[in-house]
Amino acid sequence: MLAYVIPFCLVVIGLALALNLVRLIKGPSLPDRILALDTLYINALALIVLFGIWLASDLFFEAALLIAVMGFVGTVAAGKYLLRGDIID
Amino acid sequence: MPFWIEALVSLFLVLGSLFALIGAIGLYRLPDFYTRLHGPTKATTLGVGGMVIASMLFFAGRPEGPSLHELLLTLFLFITAPVSAHMLAKAAMQKKLPLTERTRGKPW
Repeated sequence: MLAYVIPFCLVVIGLALALNLVRLIKGPSLPDRILALDTLYINALALIVLFGIWLASDLFFEAALLIAVMGFVGTVAAGKYLLRGDIID
Repeated sequence: MPFWIEALVSLFLVLGSLFALIGAIGLYRLPDFYTRLHGPTKATTLGVGGMVIASMLFFAGRPEGPSLHELLLTLFLFITAPVSAHMLAKAAMQKKLPLTERTRGKPW
């Protein structure tokens, strides 16, 4: 059963990533683009966890955790820049 | 792997990926920034939550027993997603992004 479910989920999450990418490209304002980037990394995280289940290897969780930390730091830095015009004040 | 664990893993995988897709559709289609902020911040945390529950169930049958670092991922996302959403909302209010006409109680 998993042999059919996992490719289906890969396709569904790939579709979600494509929709996020469209919003990232055409988003009318800067906060829209930052929000699209935030959603993009969270969906990439789901994709990596799914890939780890597919290969039955737990090596991918470290990569997922790294993406989570770095994505959060990037979003906070971009939001701080929008809010204050500077990252560290 | 017994059949019922496989069925449960499949159920959580499908639920999680569909939630991620619903969040992405919300991000794509909703009319202004504030409603677009609402869609993905709820649905993608649920989507990653479903994925993580499925992988915890999947890896629980190994000889070294169930692992907890999937839970770490969920905990980190549940702490950081509201923080970044709050920051983006504050930035958008400071830039006075346009609302839709149907918004009631305009703050500015």
